[in-house]
Amino acid sequence: MTRIWPALVLFALVWLPLSAQSAELRGTGDLGIIIERASGSVVIVDTTRHAILGRVTGLGDLSHASAVFSRDQRYAYVFGRDGGLTKVDLLTATVAKRVMQSGNSIGGAISDDGQLVAVSNYEPGGVKVFNSTTLELVADIPATYGEKAEMSKTVGLVDAPGRKFVFSLYDAGEIWIADLSEPAAPQVRKLKNAGNQPYDALITGNGRHYIAGLFGEDGLAHVDLWSDQPEVRKILQGYGRGEQELPVYKMPHLEGWAQADELFILPAVGHHQLLAMDARTFEEVGRIDVHSQPVFAVARPDGRQVWVNFAHPDNDTIQVIDVPSLKVVHEFKPGPATLHMEFTPRGHEVWLSVRDSDKVYIYDTRTFEKVGELDAAKPSGIFFTARAGRTGL
Amino acid sequence: MLRLFEAIAVLSLAAQPVLAEQPGSARMSELTYLVRQDCGSCHGMTLKGGLGKPLQPTNLKQWDREQLTQIILNGVPGTPMPPWRDLLSEEDARWIADALKQGHIK
Repeated sequence: MTRIWPALVLFALVWLPLSAQSAELRGTGDLGIIIERASGSVVIVDTTRHAILGRVTGLGDLSHASAVFSRDQRYAYVFGRDGGLTKVDLLTATVAKRVMQSGNSIGGAISDDGQLVAVSNYEPGGVKVFNSTTLELVADIPATYGEKAEMSKTVGLVDAPGRKFVFSLYDAGEIWIADLSEPAAPQVRKLKNAGNQPYDALITGNGRHYIAGLFGEDGLAHVDLWSDQPEVRKILQGYGRGEQELPVYKMPHLEGWAQADELFILPAVGHHQLLAMDARTFEEVGRIDVHSQPVFAVARPDGRQVWVNFAHPDNDTIQVIDVPSLKVVHEFKPGPATLHMEFTPRGHEVWLSVRDSDKVYIYDTRTFEKVGELDAAKPSGIFFTARAGRTGL
Repeated sequence: MLRLFEAIAVLSLAAQPVLAEQPGSARMSELTYLVRQDCGSCHGMTLKGGLGKPLQPTNLKQWDREQLTQIILNGVPGTPMPPWRDLLSEEDARWIADALKQGHIK
């Protein structure tokens, strides 16, 4: 009986301060998540204090996982590779809801009104749309194409204004615009002959331009979503995809962050180069020679800099491009498998995940000084809640 | 699992001189890591497929060891599968082909 007293005292000492802390009010505008891809978990981070607030486990296979946020920035919707869709509560560090929605998926998006979460699937190919509150299925858009009604993998899924989602069919070479104004009856506009093997896509922050990268041919596919009759136009044709082709060990990514000031800065598939394209005319205005094959080219939110990481086996290096001069102004080596970069909302800091070191490093983007680091297990994607307020992220 | 496989590999190395060209155990660890993490970016970290095909033993029955070795080294033209010849030796590729067919890399 006397033994129980020390336990009770210990309980009071530990539990009471914790419960007081958990009742403390706080906002979520400076929070984010880091994907721990091998352990199927995410860590919740405070970007002001450079601190880990909690870890949420049981999210399945998170290789290549990504996330979007609810409009109130309280919930993250995490898209796992195994088809899992998990709604994570950032304030309580718990799983609020979770569904297995397919066998194999690749990313998702949330509608402009925050009501619908769409997931892009490889197997079976297509897009499924869920109620963001309950995660109940509200629409299924199978990516069926051709006379034999084959199924295509879908890639490059983004949200567009007006409760729309836009995505590309990798096997079919088509771009589809799905209007979910009436979720029970999606209106899908199919743009055929979009190009050979679209592998990823982006939409500009104003929701106007959808640009898909093409693996199988020179150039990219562009759709002006402001047009009454949207159609596919090829841009940057003949940038050299295919000429003196290098093996591509990692597919590049296209992101809404590609626009920097009046330019798009895009990775050139199979080249040690970035392509600079005028954001009005879509004409090439220059090329920037870089360290190796770019994977992500991410503009700081103000557009003054673009940070670039690279494909295996050169993925230990980061280069920073100064946009006005299109010159590499900084290069450093955070370490092997530097996979992902995420800027704070106004770009004063950038967070880098370095998978093989089990670290996330934080840098000041003006001085390039390291200002913090966190431990995370095999970190990959980093996603901050400020994405909630941006189209296409 | 890897340890066990290494042990078997070492034993079979002793028994069969023809396997003397196998990568060493440190290299085997590197290759396992490469398959999961880097091949995994297209084929899925658990090799259940993604933009690339699934690479589990049942998916690979139609190719023999040499065919898989050649696919790894030379890639598949017209698809995103790159030639890995600059990064992997023939022995590396053959070891990966075997390990995939036998389900030793998960």
